[in-house]
Amino acid sequence: MFKKILIANRGEIAVRVLRACHEMGIAAVVVYSDVDRAALHVRKSDEAYPIGAAAATESYLNIEKILDVAARSGADAIHPGYGFLSENAKFAQACAAAGVKFIGPTPAAMKAMGSKTRARQAMEKAGVPSVPGTSWGVESVEEAYEVATKIGYPVMLKAAAGGGGKGMRLVHESGQLKSALEAARSEAERSFGDSEVYLEKAIINPRHIEMQVLADEHGNTVYLGERECSLQRRHQKVLEEAPSPIVDPDMRRRMGEVAVRVAQAANYTNAGTVEFLVDAEKNFYFLEMNTRLQVEHPVTELITGLDLVHLQIRIAAGEKLPFRQEDVQLRGHAIECRIYAEDPDNNYFPSPGRITLLLAPSGPGIRRDSGMYEGWNVPIDYDPLLAKLIGYGEDRNQAIARLTRALSEYFVGGIKTNMSLFRRILRDADFRAAKLDTGFLDRMLTRPKETLHDSMSAEVAAIAAGIFAVLGSASGASSGTPDRSQAVDGSVSKWRSASRREVLR
Amino acid sequence: MLYDVTINGKSYKLELTHVDGSWSCRLNGRDFEVDAVLARPDVLSLRIGNRAYEVKSERVANDLHLWVGSARFAVEVRDPRSLRGRSHAGDDHGPRKIIATMPGKVVRLLVREGDEIEAGAGIVVVEAMKMQNEIKSPKKGTVQKILAAEAATVNAGDVLAIVE
Repeated sequence: MFKKILIANRGEIAVRVLRACHEMGIAAVVVYSDVDRAALHVRKSDEAYPIGAAAATESYLNIEKILDVAARSGADAIHPGYGFLSENAKFAQACAAAGVKFIGPTPAAMKAMGSKTRARQAMEKAGVPSVPGTSWGVESVEEAYEVATKIGYPVMLKAAAGGGGKGMRLVHESGQLKSALEAARSEAERSFGDSEVYLEKAIINPRHIEMQVLADEHGNTVYLGERECSLQRRHQKVLEEAPSPIVDPDMRRRMGEVAVRVAQAANYTNAGTVEFLVDAEKNFYFLEMNTRLQVEHPVTELITGLDLVHLQIRIAAGEKLPFRQEDVQLRGHAIECRIYAEDPDNNYFPSPGRITLLLAPSGPGIRRDSGMYEGWNVPIDYDPLLAKLIGYGEDRNQAIARLTRALSEYFVGGIKTNMSLFRRILRDADFRAAKLDTGFLDRMLTRPKETLHDSMSAEVAAIAAGIFAVLGSASGASSGTPDRSQAVDGSVSKWRSASRREVLR
Repeated sequence: MLYDVTINGKSYKLELTHVDGSWSCRLNGRDFEVDAVLARPDVLSLRIGNRAYEVKSERVANDLHLWVGSARFAVEVRDPRSLRGRSHAGDDHGPRKIIATMPGKVVRLLVREGDEIEAGAGIVVVEAMKMQNEIKSPKKGTVQKILAAEAATVNAGDVLAIVE
C-alpha cells in the first residue's frame, strides 16, 4: 500500500480524498495556489506545497509543478480528483514516467475515451448501442445535410473534445444546420482547441442516467448501479440520485453489462462512469465514458455501502477487487444537492466572498462533503461548487424528507448560494412523482416562484432586527450572552459600566 | 428604545425595552410577548409567545438581511433619536453610488464620465468565477465619476461609479 498520496486538486474533492487517505493510514500531501493558502484542504493536510498563481494553468493544471512536489514530498501516488488534470492522458503519462502511480485509468484508456468520436467508434465495434449519427467529425456542410436527412431532424451537433455543453447545438430543421455547424465549430475551437464536431439524432428531453464501473488491474470489472442525473441547468448537473426511479433490476443488469463491456473494450482500470441517454421508451444509448471519480459518487457509496475512494486507492496499489458482481447489493435511496456559490436571484451568477456564518446540518441519513468553513473567503478564480449535501433514506420519499429537513438547517451567510433552488425542486410535484428529464429544470424555472413565508415572518424579522440592534450583535461585532453585549450605538451597556465600576473600586 | 424598522421596504414602528434580561415589545401599536437569547453572534433564538424562531443576521457591505427560517428579509434599522439616520435606499434624487455586489475583476467599462445614461444602462462588466456580470445604473442621469479601472480587482461593496 502507498505511504503518501499527493492530491492534485482543491475544494471539497481534495478534502474527500484526504479523508480517505487518513482513514487508510496514508499521509496526504496537498498543493495550493496563491489564493488557496487558507483553503480547507490545506488546513487538513499533512504536507502542503504552494504551486503558484491563482490561474489554474499556473497551478492546478501545471503538470511540471505538481510532479516536482511529488518528487520533493516523496509521494508514491497521485489522486487527481475530478476536473483539472483528472482526464488528462498526458498527465497520467507523465506520472508513469516519473515513477508515481496515477490513481485512475491508464493513459491509453483515457485517450480511447477522451475523444467522443473515437469512443463511439470503439463502442460500435464492441456492439454497444449509441444514438444514431456519425462516429467521425463532420467534414462539410454537405455531409452534415446528408447525414441529418438520413437520420431525421431534430439533430444535435457536438464537439468531439467536448463537455459541459460547450460546442453543442440543437438543430430543428435543415435551414438552421449551416450556421449551427459554424457556431459549434468555432465554440469547440475556442473551448477545447479542437474544432471537430459530430452529428447525432437529438433525443428531446431524454433522461441522463450513468453507470458506475470499477475495474482492477487483474481483469475484473464490476458495475455498481446507476445514478439518475437528469436534473441539469445549462448541461451542468445540479441534483443526482441513486438508484434511478425508472430503472428496474432487469434494465439495471442490461445497462450494467453494457457499461462493463464499454470498460473492457478500452482495457479500463480503476473507477469510471459510463453515461447513457435514455428515451421515453427506456431505450438507452451510450453517450460517453468519464474516466475519473464523479462529483456525484457519494450517492452510489450510500446505496452500495462501498467507499469508492478507498477502492480506487486499493486498485491503484495493485489489489484485486474484494468482491464480485453478485455481492453488490443496492439498499435504500440517496439524493445529492450540489451547493454552489451562485445567486439564484441574479441568473445564477457566481457569488464569491467571505462566509460570515455557517450552520451545518447533521442527523440521520445526512452526509455533507464540504470544502468551506466559516470565515473563509471563497475565491473568485475557480468552479463555484462549495459542498455537496446528500440525503439517504430507506426509500426515495424518506431521502427527500431528510434532505428537505437538512436544507432547513443549512445556512451559509455572507455569500449567495443556490440552496433555495433545492427547496423548490424537492417540493415540486413532478420531482416527487419522479417525472424527470433533462428539460425538467428549465421548465420549472420558467414557472413563477411561489412565496412561502407569511406576513408573520416579516413581523418576526422586524422584532428580531430591533433585538439585534439592542444587543449590538447584528454586525457580528461582539459575541457572548445578551446581557454582556454592547449597545448598537457603541455606548457601553449598563451592566458593563456597572461591572467596570466594580473593578475600578 | 424606539426604532424605525424597514422590512422588505415596509415600515414598522418598534418599541423595545430590555430590563434584567426580559423584554417588552410593541410593534406598530401591538404588544408582543418576547423572549430572546443570542445563541452565538448573528444567531438569535427568539420566542414570541410560545412560538420559537431561529433568526440569522447577515451583513454584506452596507446591506443587512435577516433570515427567519429560509425566508430572507432586507432590513434597515433606524434609531429616530440618532442623528445618523440613513437616507432612504429608494431615493431617486441626488448622486447614486454604483456598488459591486460581489468580488471580481473589472473586465470592461461601458460608459465614460459625463455620459448621459438611461436607467438600466450597463456601466461596468465584472467577472467572477469565469462568468461576466453587467452592473447596471439604477437611475437615469449623468455619469459623474468612474472609480473602477479595467483589470482591477474589486470587493463587494466597493464603489465602481457615481451616477448623478
